[in-house]
Amino acid sequence: MMKKILFLSILLISAVAIHAQGYKVGDSAADFKLKNIDGKHISLADYKDAKGFVVIFTCNHCPYAVAYEDRIIDIDKKYKKKGFPIIAINPNDPAVVPGDSFEGMQTRAKEKSFTFPYLFDAKQEVYKNFGATKTPHVYILSKNGKDLKVEYIGTIDNNYKDASKVSTKYVEDAINSLLMGKKPEVTYTKAIGCSIKTRG
Amino acid sequence: MNNGIFNTRKSYLYNTMKLNILFSIALLFAFSINAKSQDFETLNFKDLEPTFHLQNDTTYVINLWAMWCKPCVEELPEFEHIRKSYENKKVKVLLVSLDFGSKVEERLSKFLIKKNINAEVVILDDPDANSWIGKVDDKWDGALPATVIYKKDKRKFFARKVTYSELAETIDNLNR
Repeated sequence: MMKKILFLSILLISAVAIHAQGYKVGDSAADFKLKNIDGKHISLADYKDAKGFVVIFTCNHCPYAVAYEDRIIDIDKKYKKKGFPIIAINPNDPAVVPGDSFEGMQTRAKEKSFTFPYLFDAKQEVYKNFGATKTPHVYILSKNGKDLKVEYIGTIDNNYKDASKVSTKYVEDAINSLLMGKKPEVTYTKAIGCSIKTRG
Repeated sequence: MNNGIFNTRKSYLYNTMKLNILFSIALLFAFSINAKSQDFETLNFKDLEPTFHLQNDTTYVINLWAMWCKPCVEELPEFEHIRKSYENKKVKVLLVSLDFGSKVEERLSKFLIKKNINAEVVILDDPDANSWIGKVDDKWDGALPATVIYKKDKRKFFARKVTYSELAETIDNLNR
C-alpha cells in the first residue's frame, strides 16, 4: 500500500513537472542551436537584424503540417524582410516516423523550395523547452537586445483545410501588431495537429 | 445485435430445412455489415457537440483520430475490443475521424473494413479548429489522438494513446 502511494506521488509530481514545462505568453525564451538541412547549425543569435521570430514546430508526415506548407512559405516571404523570419523545427523522432528523418526533411525542403531554415531537434530538447505538443505549433518571439519574449502561441489561421477560406490570420495579425510596437490582440489559440512523436 | 431474434430465425430455418434461405440470409447479413461501415455522417462541431453532453445512463467513449495518425491507428483495436466486451452494458463507442482530403469516405470505408473496426464512425469536418478544440475538453490543446469518456456529468479525458485496460478501468469507475 505504502509503495503504491509512493509510486502514485512520484507519478503525480512528475506529471506536474512535465506540465509545468514549456513557455507561456510573456515568458522569455532560451536560444538554441540546431542543425539545418544544409548541415550548418543555426541559433537565433545569428540573426543580428531580426526584430523577432516565427518559430514553427512542423514536420514532413503530418497532413496538417503539409496543408500549411505553402502558407508558411508565404509568411516567410512577407515578413522576413520586415524582421520576422520563419524558423521551422522538426521535433519528431524518425525512429517512430521514418518520413521525418533528416534526409526526409532535406527532400521535402527541396521539393517545396523552403525559403526558411528547417532545423532538426535531434535530441528532442528544444520542443520540450518550448512546450510544443504537436505539428504545426507556432511560437512568435520578439527580440529586445538579447531577450526573446514569447508574444503568441498557437495556430496559423482559422482554416486548416483551405487557405482561400481563411478569415482570421492569427500569426500575421500578431506580427503586424508587433511591427507597430503593440501587443498582439490574440496571444493564444489552440492549434489542431499531430502529436509530437517520441519513443516510450 | 439482437441474439434472441437471430436464434429464433436459426431454429425456424433448421425446422424448415431450406438451406437456400439460410444462404440468402447469411449473404444479406454479410452485406449489411459492409454497408454499415460505408455510410458516414459528416458533421461540423456545432452538430457534434451535443454528443459530448448527453444526459442518459449510457457511458460514452469518444475517440478523435485520423487514418494517418500512427498512435491513433495503433489504439483503434483497443476501442473495438471495448465495444465488443461492453456490448450489452450501455457503453457506446464513437470514433470521430478528422480525416480530410479527396475521397475521404471511400478511403475510410476501406480502411475500417481492412482493420475490422465496426464501431460507429463519424467525420468531423470543421476547419476552424481553434473554435472547438477547447469544447472537446478544456485540457485538450489539439494534438491527436484524444479520448473523452463520460457518463452524464462525470468525465475523464486522455490527450494521448490509451490502452484497453485504461479504457475499461475508466468505464468501470464511471459506473461505480
